[in-house]
Amino acid sequence: MKIFPLTLLPNDANINFMKMRWLSIAVAAIIMFVAIGAMATRGFNFALDFTGGNLVEVHLDKAASLDTIRDKLAADGYDSAQVQTYGSGNELLVRLQPREGDDSSAATAHAAQAVMKAVTASGNTGKILRNEFVGPQVGKELALNGLYALIFVVVGFLIYIAFRFEWKFAVAAIITTLHDVIVVAGWFAISGHEFDLTVLAGILSVMGYSINDTIVVFDRVRENFRSMRADPEVILNKSINQTLSRTVITSFVAFLTVVALYIYGGGSLRGMAESQMLGIIIGTVSSIFVACPLLTLGFLKVTKQDLLPKAKDDAALARRP
Amino acid sequence: MLTFARWKYFVILLVLVVSVIYALPNAYPQDPSVQISAARSDGLQVNASLAKKVESLLSQAKIPSKSIKVEDQGNLLVRLGDTDQQTRAADLLRPQLGNDYVVALSLAPTAPAWLEFLRAKPMPRGLDLQGGVHFVMQVDQASAIDKRLDAYVEDVRSTLRDNRVPYTSVVRRGNEALVATLGVGADTANAQSKLRIAFPTLTQTLQDQTLTLEVPQTELQRISLEAIEQNLNTLRNRINAFGVAEPVIQRQGTDRIVIQLPGLQDTVEAKRQIGATATLEFRAVIGNEATADAAVRDRSVPPDARVYYTATKQPLLLSKRLLVSGEQLVNAQPMTDPQDGRQGVSITLNSVGGQRMLDHTLENVGKRLGIVYVEQTPITTMVDGKEVQTIRTDERVINSATIQGVFGKNFQTTGLSAEESKALASQLKSGALAAPMIFVEERVVGPSLGAENVKRGTMAVAYSFIFALSFFLIYYRMFGLITCMALVLNLLMVVALMSIVGATMSLPGFAGLALSVGMSVDANVLINERIREELRAGIPPQTAIATGYDKASGTIFDSNMTALLAGVALYAFGTGPLQGFAITMIVGILTSVFTAVTVSRGIATLIYGGNRRKLKSIAI
Repeated sequence: MKIFPLTLLPNDANINFMKMRWLSIAVAAIIMFVAIGAMATRGFNFALDFTGGNLVEVHLDKAASLDTIRDKLAADGYDSAQVQTYGSGNELLVRLQPREGDDSSAATAHAAQAVMKAVTASGNTGKILRNEFVGPQVGKELALNGLYALIFVVVGFLIYIAFRFEWKFAVAAIITTLHDVIVVAGWFAISGHEFDLTVLAGILSVMGYSINDTIVVFDRVRENFRSMRADPEVILNKSINQTLSRTVITSFVAFLTVVALYIYGGGSLRGMAESQMLGIIIGTVSSIFVACPLLTLGFLKVTKQDLLPKAKDDAALARRP
Repeated sequence: MLTFARWKYFVILLVLVVSVIYALPNAYPQDPSVQISAARSDGLQVNASLAKKVESLLSQAKIPSKSIKVEDQGNLLVRLGDTDQQTRAADLLRPQLGNDYVVALSLAPTAPAWLEFLRAKPMPRGLDLQGGVHFVMQVDQASAIDKRLDAYVEDVRSTLRDNRVPYTSVVRRGNEALVATLGVGADTANAQSKLRIAFPTLTQTLQDQTLTLEVPQTELQRISLEAIEQNLNTLRNRINAFGVAEPVIQRQGTDRIVIQLPGLQDTVEAKRQIGATATLEFRAVIGNEATADAAVRDRSVPPDARVYYTATKQPLLLSKRLLVSGEQLVNAQPMTDPQDGRQGVSITLNSVGGQRMLDHTLENVGKRLGIVYVEQTPITTMVDGKEVQTIRTDERVINSATIQGVFGKNFQTTGLSAEESKALASQLKSGALAAPMIFVEERVVGPSLGAENVKRGTMAVAYSFIFALSFFLIYYRMFGLITCMALVLNLLMVVALMSIVGATMSLPGFAGLALSVGMSVDANVLINERIREELRAGIPPQTAIATGYDKASGTIFDSNMTALLAGVALYAFGTGPLQGFAITMIVGILTSVFTAVTVSRGIATLIYGGNRRKLKSIAI
């Protein structure tokens, strides 16, 4: 029968991804080490969620444009000021990170000055209601919990994939996922974009997306290992090509949805959307260029024996038509 | 073959109906409103005459109200047109109604009664979406230290007494030391060793018969740190009692606690529960009502006694010596006395308190034991144009029964109203505050900002939906339409499920929703691409559809299980906004598996299934 001709990719894609596996793994490794280097040397531009900072509350004579005040504060050296209205709209809550070199009392004084200046410059008069230095909202506890979460996820993935697939697939999938998370986190270190709690959530969700993508490809690899008689490399290549249109379409649509988040979600979701946009791209690319090539290297090299004669898998397969 | 069991259609239909019903309340806007309730449970009543008074006050100030109604819970709810009117009304009513009533801003639901009957409620919204209550409380650490040192004095006395060491006095010297003057001929070595065991952190110096126990600075620091930790825990327990999703209770600096209660409707109750520090004190009654009357009249109160009053303003003399305080309470539960049906609280003490109670009752059967209800309410007064925070302490004897027999750790106290005993039990159970706290800041987070965030979040989700739907419609035609239906049902299910479990919607939640669209897309693409693949391999259309769904299901299951794991980890180890995001992600993954695998297959079977053997082509 005739199939609707509109396709993003040719149906009979046959790109030899395995041929360039050394190159792709090398590139992935370089990107990852750059990311690690950036995190180690530059660190993150942590938001008030992590660092603490000044809380300035102003009463205005008339409602003001938040964007103008934000701009004025940025011009004064407070790049990541959070400006919100409170109550009737004539009260502003401004959160500022201390400028470099300020201790808490100097930061408090400077913050008040900067906010008054910004308010006055926007053609308004205001009165400082409150100005205080706040400690970080998120302490060591969260950092530690983040680490636990990571361990939980890694161990969980290992067990699940090793059980459903094979331990080599599990290890390759986890390396790929960690690679993606590190690269996305590294981007925030390189760009110096503000790192807040929503960015953290975004990065952790990248884990989910990345593993999802990798599993889909691996699932096809497993299926092909059982039905095809060919070298592992040929099977891997075939599997990637077969799932290529799905991978690209899914990522394309998922990317579109996150773009909507980036454009329409407003400032507080931008960081999260940014981490996810990046995560989707990296996750897609790595499922093709990192995950499968890993299965051909060293101790991770898969063979037909790894997947074939296993009672539990046969049983599982028998349940599937 | 392409078939689909009839009962499965029934299930899908049921899910659709339930999802629509439980997602529906979110579509109704909430009325900005002002809620007025009595400041104290035994205070003035909220009734129709109060409603009349409020109505006339509002009409004088020309603030239009939608309705003014007394609710079942004894609150007066004034619904207003917009948030500006809400603020103005609250500002107007607060000073007019005075200290007897608490005036709070809240959001009142407008969903019809039948939805409420089905317990369909809108998702509570986070502080970032609807505003909410924001408190900052200051912990009075000096008083925590005072309290602890006083307890030390008492403990030193009892240690000496228990070891038969004669002493003339044990007193406090500021915050630095306890000074015990031992009796002539007392065994000082024995006293020292016994006290060293009882108080290992205190350093001792002996001069003649005077034993000085120094309290090191680190000990004082520990006491204030413990005080704030205990207060944090107590607040957490109290706040958990009203079931707020994702409350923020954090220490700020060394002596402040920040509390954010997003999505909380009943701000009045919150403030009362958090602010009131109720506790019980057990003190021996000295004399009786007649001697107390005489003592008050002649101003001849004995030095070891203090005048307390009962609810009926009857004076009573109670010992200054505190027998057992709220800190020694382990458990408290409201109960009904089986003999006379009176309401009361059943109390369990810890071993120290139980021992003291046992000692006391052993020696004092037939005498009376007074139970004092102590409530500390933070109040604000204006002095020289400045706001001054003080604490009003109300003490009243709620019970002064004769000790019938010896008792220790477990006993009951009666003489409270049903409501009082319930409130008291819950406050006692959640732990006493180690130190009183005052509200240094009380705020309602701006609903205008929340409204803007809701608008943005909704828009982001809507556009991510439109992007995905239009792509599917163009790219997969009929199957794109099926996918769109599955996606819409998916969104409905996520919203309904989150509403049912009462998960708080926050801005990151919107992001989670958008992401769950992405996840759901993945499952549908997998299926559609599989079907195309089968078709290309020359399989007849109906079989291709069936095989496509079957083969994709396994993949979808595996890939979503792993993503689910990441979501669970995020929820388990995250806090606040992370959890909100994780919840939407988890729910979204679960529903997308159902909608993509089952629902879309059902629809596809409806369109292409059955006995249409001659089916030549399908639009995919």
